[in-house]
Amino acid sequence: MTNNQNYSNTRATLAIAKASLRSILRSPSAVVFSLVFPLIFIVVFANIGGSGVTVDVGVAKGCDTTSEVYQALKTNQMLNLIKDQSTEEMNKNLSKGSIDAILDIKKNNAMPPFTIDVQYTKASSKGGILKSTLNNILYQANAAMNKNQPQLAEVKETTIQGREYRYIDFILPGMLGFSLLSSGVFGTAFVFLSLRLTLVIKRFFATPVKRYSIVLGEALARIVFALAGALFIIAIGHYAFNFTLIHGLTTVINMLILSAIGLIIFMGFGFIISGVAKNESSVPPFSNIITLPQFLLSGTFFSTAAFPGWLQHISRVLPLTHLNEAMRKVAFEGASLVDVSHQLLILGIWFIGVYVVAVKTFKWE
Amino acid sequence: MVNKPIITVKNLVKKYGDFTAVDDISFEVYEGEIFGLLGPNGAGKTTTLEIIETLRDKTSGEISVDGFSIEKDADNIKKRIGVQLQAAGYYPNLNLSELIVLFSGLYGINKTPMEMLGKVALTEKAKAKYKDLSGGQKQRFSIATTLINDPRIIFLDEPTTGLDPQARRNLWDLIREIRANGTTVVITTHYMDEAEVLCDRVAFIDGGKVIGIDTPDNFIDKLVASGFERPKQVKLANLEDVFINLTGKEWREE
Repeated sequence: MTNNQNYSNTRATLAIAKASLRSILRSPSAVVFSLVFPLIFIVVFANIGGSGVTVDVGVAKGCDTTSEVYQALKTNQMLNLIKDQSTEEMNKNLSKGSIDAILDIKKNNAMPPFTIDVQYTKASSKGGILKSTLNNILYQANAAMNKNQPQLAEVKETTIQGREYRYIDFILPGMLGFSLLSSGVFGTAFVFLSLRLTLVIKRFFATPVKRYSIVLGEALARIVFALAGALFIIAIGHYAFNFTLIHGLTTVINMLILSAIGLIIFMGFGFIISGVAKNESSVPPFSNIITLPQFLLSGTFFSTAAFPGWLQHISRVLPLTHLNEAMRKVAFEGASLVDVSHQLLILGIWFIGVYVVAVKTFKWE
Repeated sequence: MVNKPIITVKNLVKKYGDFTAVDDISFEVYEGEIFGLLGPNGAGKTTTLEIIETLRDKTSGEISVDGFSIEKDADNIKKRIGVQLQAAGYYPNLNLSELIVLFSGLYGINKTPMEMLGKVALTEKAKAKYKDLSGGQKQRFSIATTLINDPRIIFLDEPTTGLDPQARRNLWDLIREIRANGTTVVITTHYMDEAEVLCDRVAFIDGGKVIGIDTPDNFIDKLVASGFERPKQVKLANLEDVFINLTGKEWREE
């Protein structure tokens, strides 16, 4: 009747992890917040950003488009030559700055063979790019024509080989970090609060299960789910949007390790909230206090470099800032986990701080 | 029958600040009986139960359960008892059979969901969610989770509250069956008719004190012997008998 088989805490922990994972997978909000939202953000931002600088140049009516100069300009990818606007439209757009310059090339029957008439606008500063491009082309063209004349100087142009830094390389690690933050904070807070309020945890305590098994089992499920989500986001980013993974699989594994570290810290906030919140409706306000400032200040969508100094100091303190930095270094620069030890150290300090508070505020009943 | 105590409670006291919820309670539960704890709300029934179940700390007193002390051997006690809490929920988003798997893991016991659900006639609901069950089904499922570890004692806290007469009788049959298999049952209830037909012995608790322990029959006989009479002549049947007679006794699935 009585059982004498040895009680296994591992088995109990895994039983909770399995139950929790099943429950998470069946909860629409968990799936939407961890997978669908980050993907929507990535798709939207990958498409609106990242095209780099282009100069919109209106081409005047009657401009000689057969000339060498025009052909040279045409091959320059930074210049967007616009031919489908009327003269009137073009002048209006130039004064507004929605085009950056108007170009008119006329063939002469005398020397010099071409006259290039360029109108810039005070409404745009990008005309300078056209100016230097033109100078460059003309210098080469003029030099070629006057082979006999001594050259005053020779320009040597070299372009170093670099990796193209796309916006996806910025936005994906940021979105990944933010998705870990929200699922860690919201998910943990909601689950533990509701397990406590519905007496599920109390019923667990009537079994031989240890407290640490309950926390560990829940954490395990959340980590497995979050890492699967991260892997999915990275895969979509890589195959659909050319997200840079320098060392391939190694980079992915490093990113997953960082994800797990970040999630564990963010779950600590969730434990605190589940202890402080009186009921389920007070979870979102508390969670937003934790997640929103980091969403805006931790370099999720845009670099913190543009912030004024005092704001940068705040963002330097937030854990998500350091997780995002570490993620970007690993993914784009090919850094190893040792190379991001500074970021990991700060995350470690957060870990200790958060869990000291969590142990004090967490409520079982 | 030799009355062998399986639970012994001696001078149990539980205080919350200045409030004394349980005030020097002593009683014994015998092996193999159905023991009822009766009393008004706030009398201290649930507190007493939860202390015996090792879910709550006592202020003072001694309790032993199946030979184990609640202080030193809480883990051994947990392996030997089954607990149904008043109003407890279950893990969200899981179906009954997954919940049984979860509890099997928590107890470290190999039981198939069908075996456990079969004991409480819920095999057809194996894929259903707890929240979608009827009141009677919920209570039966709760009882199934208390039986996973083949407990020596099960504790049922107001299992029939809110059930219709058929579901209540159905649950009585289930409880009798569990007892017939050798499990001691400790139950709380507000229904005296239920205690009368179900319990071998009952303890009345009021204001945190035990004010009487005996068999239901002895209590009634003593009261009648003291000259008590019901103001209204008791008929041979009551309205619940009429209800059961009209609607049929058999269990229905809601």
